[in-house]
Amino acid sequence: MDKIENNKAWFLVLPVFVIVAISAIIPLMTVVNYAFQDIFSPQDRYWVGTEWFESVLADDDLHGALIRQFVFSFVILLIEIPLGIALALAMPARGWRASLALVLMALPLLIPWNVVGTIWQVFARADIGLGGWLVNALGIPYNYTSDPVAAWLTIVVMDVWHWTPLVVLLCYAGLRAIPDAYYQAAAIDGATPWKVFRHIELPKMRGVLLIAVLLRFMDSFMIYTEPFVVTGGGPGNATTFLSIHLTKIAIGQMDLGPAAAISIIYFLIILTLSFVFYNVMTRMGTGERA
Amino acid sequence: MEALATLIRSMAWTMPVGLFFAGVALLLLVMTGLQFAYPTIERKGFLPMTTTRGDRVFIGLLGAAWIHLAWLALVAAPLWWASILAVLWFALVLRFG
Repeated sequence: MDKIENNKAWFLVLPVFVIVAISAIIPLMTVVNYAFQDIFSPQDRYWVGTEWFESVLADDDLHGALIRQFVFSFVILLIEIPLGIALALAMPARGWRASLALVLMALPLLIPWNVVGTIWQVFARADIGLGGWLVNALGIPYNYTSDPVAAWLTIVVMDVWHWTPLVVLLCYAGLRAIPDAYYQAAAIDGATPWKVFRHIELPKMRGVLLIAVLLRFMDSFMIYTEPFVVTGGGPGNATTFLSIHLTKIAIGQMDLGPAAAISIIYFLIILTLSFVFYNVMTRMGTGERA
Repeated sequence: MEALATLIRSMAWTMPVGLFFAGVALLLLVMTGLQFAYPTIERKGFLPMTTTRGDRVFIGLLGAAWIHLAWLALVAAPLWWASILAVLWFALVLRFG
């Protein structure tokens, strides 16, 4: 018997198409238009071809921001993913302790980004902040407003504090979805905790880890609010990441053409790396090899 | 209607960019039509993974964008050469990817 196809579902996804068009496609098309023009106003604009791309691609400030951005995202993934897995494994599986742990883990995620920045900006200050004062009291010179290493450490620790709970909650959900039968079989075989993790828990968490890596990569690669509030991109350009550099060009200097060109390059980098991550991680464990 | 006109004005449209997006839209329409007429089958070519027709178009377009950017950053010759290279890359990925 032929399968009956009901195309009414297309109308149900229509609102999503409209929202995506308004929130993503129209701005993207606008940015592409701006990247090829010198724009003073919608009426007063001049076609410049690829001039903005040529100038921004040769810009040392952009190269610096790009390198800092890659290093930051790499460090963040390197810390948050293993730490998130470890914390999820250590969390209680059931009972009131599990509920309490879940609430505590969710708390940093509920705080708005600019508030997180403000909290850490005050907390880490050497003169009035508890954290900054404590580190100095231990004999370690620490001042994130003048020392690039201290500024980086502050931004990284703040991001780890803010976003590791997301990885923990995703991993925890993945762990709780593993049927008890797997653990019982492992116990009968005399598997060590490491072998249970390596051959049961890690493969079963593949799906949630894929989401966690993609989310954390994309989010960390687009980070703006927290470092802007804490360090403003300084000292010097030490914590000027791509989005802060982009904002300086677009809003600070009102150079809309070069800012649009940088936006397109930024977009292509995120699109490409997300595609690569997605493909590598979805094929990991399925047996497909290059 | 006035809001729509303002939106379109603020998008600062130019003919080349309009033609580019019209081309992308046409490509998506053709791909949708092809999917209905000849549903895609995953296959393994020179790319390091199995791909559908849509994957190959996506990789081809993404590669074309990077070829143009790399050309602008590294080569002083006219951009047409990069476009020719990008078309060749796109055809290569679609046929053998």
